Amino acid sequence: MSLMKYTAIELGKMIASGEISAVEAAGDCLEAIRKNEPDINAFVTVCDEQSVLKKAEEVQKKINSGELLSPIAGVPVAIKDNMCTADILTTCSSRILSNFIPPYTATAVECLESAGAVIVGKTNMDEFAMGSTTETSFYGATKNPHDKTRVPGGSSGGSAAAVAAGEVTFALGSDTGGSIRQPASHCGVVGIKPTYGTVSRYGLVAYGSSLDQIGPIAKDVSDCAAILEIISSYDTKDSTSFKRDDTDFTTALKNDVNGLKIGIPGDYFGTGLDSEVKKALLDAADVLKSRGAELEYFDLSLTEFAVPAYYIIASAEASSNLSRFDGVKYGYRTGEYENLHQMYKKTRSEGFGTEVKRRIMLGSFVLSSGYYDAYYLKALKAKNLIKQAFDKAFGKYDLIIGPVSPSTAPELGTSLDDPVKMYLGDIYTVAANLIGLPAISVPCGRDSKGLPVGMMLTGKCFDEKTVIRAAYTYEQETQI
Amino acid sequence: MADKIDENMLEYISILAKLELEGEEKEQARSDMKKMLDHVDKLNELDTDGVEPLVQVINMQNVFREDNVTNGDDRNAMLKNAPAKKNGQYMVPKTF
Repeated sequence: MSLMKYTAIELGKMIASGEISAVEAAGDCLEAIRKNEPDINAFVTVCDEQSVLKKAEEVQKKINSGELLSPIAGVPVAIKDNMCTADILTTCSSRILSNFIPPYTATAVECLESAGAVIVGKTNMDEFAMGSTTETSFYGATKNPHDKTRVPGGSSGGSAAAVAAGEVTFALGSDTGGSIRQPASHCGVVGIKPTYGTVSRYGLVAYGSSLDQIGPIAKDVSDCAAILEIISSYDTKDSTSFKRDDTDFTTALKNDVNGLKIGIPGDYFGTGLDSEVKKALLDAADVLKSRGAELEYFDLSLTEFAVPAYYIIASAEASSNLSRFDGVKYGYRTGEYENLHQMYKKTRSEGFGTEVKRRIMLGSFVLSSGYYDAYYLKALKAKNLIKQAFDKAFGKYDLIIGPVSPSTAPELGTSLDDPVKMYLGDIYTVAANLIGLPAISVPCGRDSKGLPVGMMLTGKCFDEKTVIRAAYTYEQETQI
Repeated sequence: MADKIDENMLEYISILAKLELEGEEKEQARSDMKKMLDHVDKLNELDTDGVEPLVQVINMQNVFREDNVTNGDDRNAMLKNAPAKKNGQYMVPKTF
């Protein structure tokens, strides 16, 4: 059996006890990747075998000397390809960064490396994290390991598929509008987006700066809590990093939801939600109820405004953030041009894919003079009202339970033609990004096609612990 | 709504976005933008009179620090990725 069938913490324990070595784990991981990649295509870059094994050997020495004691010391990890990794190609799955080798490493990745994790590769994603299917990648679509005719979700589809296919035990993803939670849901694994400001964004190639957060994708809630604990940090290199002294998330791994007040937004369970997904969720809610949680339906309101507000804000920020890709300092530059402006335009038009161009255009429009107030400012006001709706809900409830996605994973090639339809698939996930809330996706059964369904638990800002405790309780109660 | 994105507007957005769209791609972009704007126009149904625009959500304050240089001379490392360089500088087409 491949070692990648274990959870990251289980594998870490085996390495710490000397049952296996970090080098064996790394070798086994690369073998699993070689075996699965032709079917899954979860990676843009798999690191050179010699350098991975050498790194694992260095880590093993530190474990032997007692210098490295972290629970993931020696455990192989895959990183979403929008996080900078020194000397390892970092493409954002875009042609425009197809030759970019960063001179520095993202803080979250540094945290993992300091804890002894061994990077084995960079995972596929929607180009610049713009998409919900991983089909907008310049490097081809990733397939869902549960059904290879279907998408893994996105944008962190490569990370979720790599974990689900047993290519790695865990991976990092990033979440701007659901990009950790939705692929985790579609691939039957666990993913958590922490409160905005908890994990440093330094070295994460920016899409929507006010929305982006890095988080773990793993096989269970315990792994997610442990990894999140490791990557959370206060970082002066990220001006929106938040100083917290409560990131000991593993202390929340308790099988106990007694007395927890959980709200079920009636507006999330109406039309538009697949009936089998709905049933799986309500069954999952019943499990929490049977363990002593108090469940109550309530009207969250304003849910239909979250997606329009989100797409205005995200596109506006993207149009600004992506202006740095101009063919001057790094990345792709067009072959022929007559002057500077033509060089910019041709470089960008050839370097970006369709979905990225769509969002840059929309963002440029909503920020343009004459439309700024009507669109961008209006969206920021809507965001305020949405925050008020959540504040009101969290005045009554400790957690909100809901779907991650209206349906299970769609078939490959069926999503990109109608952008608005694809955006509406994000209806349950975007609010957490708009207002910074922590949220987890936990597998809660399968539909009649055998495809995984995810349950989303959303908590108050800075209250990951309640989210983790409830998710852990559900997982423990439903383990076979 | 479609009338907002006429030929001139599309041209103007392309200038702002530094993108050059031609032929079919241009038509597609126009039709996509129309669909997206029709969708986000839903926000007009929301009464936001007297509502403040909310920029950031977790009550952060400005963080001040001394303006000290902490990174070393990374010139060569930075220039490694440059599509064109000359004498330790980025090279671009003539700008005037």
